[in-house]
Amino acid sequence: MSAATFTPMTPPFAPGAYGPDAQIMKDIDGLNWRLADYLKRGGYDGLKKILAENVPPEKIIAEMKTSALRGRGGAGFPAGLKWSFMPKGYTGQKYLVCNSDEGEPGTFKDRDILRYNPHSVIEGMAIAAYAMGITVGYNYIHGEIWDTYERFEEALDEARAAGYLGDRIQGSDFSFQLHAFHGYGAYICGEETALLESMEGKKGQPRFKPPFPASFGLYGKPTTINNTETFAAVPWIINHGGEAYLRLGKPNNGGTKIFSVSGDVERPGNYEVNMGTPFAKLLEMAGGMRGGRKLKGCIPGGSSMPVVPGDIMMECDMDYDSIAKAGSMLGSGAVIIMDDTRCMVKSLLRLAYFYYEESCGQCTPCREGTGWLYRVINRIEHGEGRNEDLDLLNSLADNIQGRTICALGDAAAMPVRAFIKHYRDEFQHHIDHKRCLVPVYV
Amino acid sequence: MNSMSEPLADRVAVEFKLDGRTVTGYADETLIETADRLGVEIPRLCHMPGLRPDGNCRACVVEIKGERVLAPSCCRNPQPGMEVQSASERARASQKMVLELLLSDMPETHYTRNSELDRWAAALEVGKPRFAATALRREQPAPDLSHHAIAVNLDACIQCTRCLRACREEQVNDVIGYAFRGEHSKIVFDFDDPMGQSTCVACGECVQACPTGALMPARDAALAVPDKTVDSVCPYCGVGCQLTYNIKDNEILYVQGRDGPSNHGRLCVKGRYGFDYVHHKHRLTKPLIRRAGIPKTAGFTIDPDHVHELFREATWEEALDLAAGGLRKIRDTAGPKALAGFGSAKGSNEEAYLFQKLVRTGFRSNNVDHCTRLCHASSVAALLEGIGSGAVSNQVNDVAHSEVIVVIGSNPVVNHPVAATWIKNAVKKGASLVLIDPRRSELARHATHYLQFKADTDVALLNAMMHTIVHEGLVNEDFIASRTIGYEELKKNVDGYSPEAMAPVCGIPAATIRTVARLYATSKASIILWGMGISQHVHGTDNARCLIALAMMTGQVGRPGTGLHPLRGQNNVQGASDSGLIPMMYPDYKRVDNAEAQARFEKLWGTKLDPQPGLTVVEVMNAAIAGKVRGMYVMGENPALSDPDLNHAREALASLDWLVVQDIFLTETAYLADVVLPASAFPEKTGSFTNTDRMVQLGRRALDMPGDARQDLWIIQEMARRLGLDWKYAGADSGVAEVFDEMRHAMASIGGHHLGAAGAGKFGDLSLRTRRRSRPAGRVHRSLPDADRAREVRPRRHHPRQRTAGRRLSDGADHRAATGTLAYRRDDAAVQRARRDRTRARGLAASARPGADGRRARRGDHGRVAPGPHHAVCPCRRRHAGRRGVHPVLLLRSGGEPADQSGARSLRQDSGVQVLRGAHHRRRRTGRGDEFRWGAVARGRLIPPAKTPGKT
Repeated sequence: MSAATFTPMTPPFAPGAYGPDAQIMKDIDGLNWRLADYLKRGGYDGLKKILAENVPPEKIIAEMKTSALRGRGGAGFPAGLKWSFMPKGYTGQKYLVCNSDEGEPGTFKDRDILRYNPHSVIEGMAIAAYAMGITVGYNYIHGEIWDTYERFEEALDEARAAGYLGDRIQGSDFSFQLHAFHGYGAYICGEETALLESMEGKKGQPRFKPPFPASFGLYGKPTTINNTETFAAVPWIINHGGEAYLRLGKPNNGGTKIFSVSGDVERPGNYEVNMGTPFAKLLEMAGGMRGGRKLKGCIPGGSSMPVVPGDIMMECDMDYDSIAKAGSMLGSGAVIIMDDTRCMVKSLLRLAYFYYEESCGQCTPCREGTGWLYRVINRIEHGEGRNEDLDLLNSLADNIQGRTICALGDAAAMPVRAFIKHYRDEFQHHIDHKRCLVPVYV
Repeated sequence: MNSMSEPLADRVAVEFKLDGRTVTGYADETLIETADRLGVEIPRLCHMPGLRPDGNCRACVVEIKGERVLAPSCCRNPQPGMEVQSASERARASQKMVLELLLSDMPETHYTRNSELDRWAAALEVGKPRFAATALRREQPAPDLSHHAIAVNLDACIQCTRCLRACREEQVNDVIGYAFRGEHSKIVFDFDDPMGQSTCVACGECVQACPTGALMPARDAALAVPDKTVDSVCPYCGVGCQLTYNIKDNEILYVQGRDGPSNHGRLCVKGRYGFDYVHHKHRLTKPLIRRAGIPKTAGFTIDPDHVHELFREATWEEALDLAAGGLRKIRDTAGPKALAGFGSAKGSNEEAYLFQKLVRTGFRSNNVDHCTRLCHASSVAALLEGIGSGAVSNQVNDVAHSEVIVVIGSNPVVNHPVAATWIKNAVKKGASLVLIDPRRSELARHATHYLQFKADTDVALLNAMMHTIVHEGLVNEDFIASRTIGYEELKKNVDGYSPEAMAPVCGIPAATIRTVARLYATSKASIILWGMGISQHVHGTDNARCLIALAMMTGQVGRPGTGLHPLRGQNNVQGASDSGLIPMMYPDYKRVDNAEAQARFEKLWGTKLDPQPGLTVVEVMNAAIAGKVRGMYVMGENPALSDPDLNHAREALASLDWLVVQDIFLTETAYLADVVLPASAFPEKTGSFTNTDRMVQLGRRALDMPGDARQDLWIIQEMARRLGLDWKYAGADSGVAEVFDEMRHAMASIGGHHLGAAGAGKFGDLSLRTRRRSRPAGRVHRSLPDADRAREVRPRRHHPRQRTAGRRLSDGADHRAATGTLAYRRDDAAVQRARRDRTRARGLAASARPGADGRRARRGDHGRVAPGPHHAVCPCRRRHAGRRGVHPVLLLRSGGEPADQSGARSLRQDSGVQVLRGAHHRRRRTGRGDEFRWGAVARGRLIPPAKTPGKT
């Protein structure tokens, strides 16, 4: 949260910079992103293997299901299951889309993958395309990370030149054309149907669902959309088996996960750990609380997830199910750490502003509601709050969540409810005393 | 739109629970539609029948058992066993929150009396919004009053995008957009331009769609409380949109679209905003008599502000006596044929009927015609000849069921805007549009194939298409075998017209011609729509014949989405022709030279009738110059402005001894009149009008007439009285109901319809209904397409006449324009030929005469274009002159051919409609008994003329 103290890692990184559990980011030093380096790390072995052995696509999907790889974009939907939704025997064009429109505040893992290990995504997508019989894919890259887009294009060129993409890959019958596509920075375009609209050249507005992309996706054709990290995990699963991947984590929470740790820690950054790793251990990897302060609260899954008070968080493991039990969601794995100097009203104001700015404006509860959420919180923050405001916020959030066309409304509403639930006294203090509680308390 | 496709869709009933009770919905309707049907009120803002459900307002969310989130009822279909709560605490809270949020930003000012937001807020008792902190309100755009007709006040906008969907998806004008994001989201015109400077065509569909008054008629016209609303029909084009007039203090405040069969609530700029002419200060309010000694000359400049220098005001008694007296004098001295009458395609059926009856029984000749002569007479001729019915085969919005839509020689976006919307909708849904026109029109933007062929080469292009169809074996053998005769002759004829040979003639690559021909022939349903670009030709009839042949050889007729549709121009050009406002036919196209028909009408009207066809519009003008026609009565037409050769027409009118003009303005024709009778504008009278789909609809009186103006029907009757006719049509609105009743006895086609005074003589309550069952007031459907019940088709014998009629085109001139002073040059030889043709043609069926022949032949001498080489004549005709420029035609026989009764029988069984039989010879065909095919409703319901021998 405090950008001033953040020192980004600059390549070359020290060995094991992403943590000892790292699989996707194993042996990544920030410079070894090229094809030659990737091949040295055993890259494209998985793709070569399935092509050489002519592995039946169903077997790959079965393997994916076994691995319990859950979508890394935020919703945590089992990837193998999603792949199995693609219509079988469909003869028309189908599409594969990688959602690299990483825009959630606090999340910066896909950027690292695309920058430092782009071929893992390419290989993962090629394998997915093979498994679903898809011939054309796109990687939609967030518009604000232009250098990453350019690097990915370079990686695509390398892969095409080496016969890992294009027609008749590695001499097999399998052809797959993969293209990079960059957005223009709208958060809403990370929503999969808004992303598709954007790719079709339209205004990025989510579609009404159903139909879901598996039946009506890009240009109305069956489409599978997965997150960058999901695709990057695929080669490892093919190389080592779904069972092995599952064992890295916990049942129903297979593999490793990259957490983007930010906020009041000593060493903010990406850390790849096995699913189920205790939060305390992750915090330790990030160098612990900055200045040894007390953990006040943590948003464990990106800005749209409910905040969890520090004491509960310290007892929590980092996997989908454990965090759900703690009252939040793993989301995209953006761990935002807040120490006891943080004013929760101001923090929520910052989040509310984000959603107010990023609402696409399509449906009423979100377009109008996010504005009023922001304005009412702003009023509280600036000492103009009214006694009824907290109930008003809750009632508003209640009637946004689950009433909107896409999940952005939920994303805007959930933090409000959680912040007020866990830190109501701070909000009340703002309303009653027209100033912040935190300085007094500290 | 939905109601249109209903008859074709088998609906699947679904049982589910709504608010605790078990109800039956349909799988293809949404929950909100089911609720509406059952009277369950669910609030909604972005939902509007006819528009695609968008689900963006979220005011209609309902709770569905077992679902985590609330569902918008406008976007969900019922599922068996579904349990829906529309008013549960959770659903209501959410619905109210939406209304509350939207209310928070509403301005203090009201722009409409009918805000749907206010209505729902009141219904749900939302009260004062909790967010109404003025200081915190979002910024709102400034008012945009740049448009003449539409006021844009986006502070009242709730971003429901109904206007956007109306503009982009319904009217497909693509002007309105939804720009920016989140709270800054905004309805924009083009690139956020002021509306008045945008590409908006002012169809006003967005205004009609807006629920909160953000888009409204300009100058607060809709804020006034109307005294009354009157359901009527649009007075402009042939589409025949139904509308509602909102009237206050005898003035039209604004107009709304009504759910009519041809428009389903849609209107265009003309129907919605083009009503101010009614209140124009130049309306004629007193009968005028030409001052003595004021000469009549063709060269004049009209000056409506100085009418009194030419005319003096008179009483009705004086004016009518004088007007009729002048005509009577000519009749009695120079004979009946020295008189002629022009009726109008903008008048009602009753006016047309009564006017032609006046000419036939009062003037005692058949010299009566109207502007159809200059537009679709050639199409009618070809259709009567080819399929036995001079009208469309099915309605325009049948294009919704077409796979391929061919539009040729027509610019419906401008001329039939609402018809164009159905075409554009169909294209958006995946139909292929083939636009064939030398002039690129707006529709080209939507076309799958746009063939910008060389002007006047229609026959070459269409023959090349037929050549492709024949030679690639794309003909419908079954259809040809069972329903047509003489296909071989046609086949032989198209032999010489390969696309490769025709490509240089018509300027379209052979490959394109082939592609389009294949597309048309092989699609599941292809329809052809055409306009004046086909018919306003020397060889207009041939052009139409080609289109008919195309449909016949491919069997693209008789199924949903197939057919032939000449888009009629004026609002009642179909009805006026049907009612007998043409010189060679009595009502219902009974030929005047058919003894049987003549006897019938003599009996009905109780007088002797002239068995000779009268003169056409074109011929009357020539006869006037020749001194043969000495007096005229012109009702609602303005030949001095709209005839092809203005100088010629004006000279003709000026040369008359006596001219009576009945109109609402002092037109160019009225300028040359001896007596001018101030008549009624469309909203000032009641009458039936027949649209291009051949639906008979009721125009209702909405306004009182200005000054001393009188209804046309009254004037005709007064004139008739003074010409010695003893007519009595009693009742409201100049006896319109009784006139219609007489028409029913004269015309089998409308025998089943009834124009009765439902409200016991109350004006405005007249309704058209069938005798079989009542229909919603004001509309009668033609049940199903005529040509669908295709008769047998046989080719016509080779056309005996060459019609080169001397038409000359200068380079670059738009030959489709109908103004006479364009680009035509004299060619004496051609004029001679034309005259010869005309003389010869007079002995033949006038209906088969080329609509434009003589007319075009004459106009050259006044052309403004410098003389050019003779070969300016179109390449098509030069090339084909050896083939006599004409085309054997496949005919849908109107019966009487004993050859193949089995085909006819099976057809009858298929369609459930009686197939009529009669002689196939053209004359007998068009003059056959009482069996005019005008909708199954009327068929077999002919009222025997003996019962009521007319009002004479």
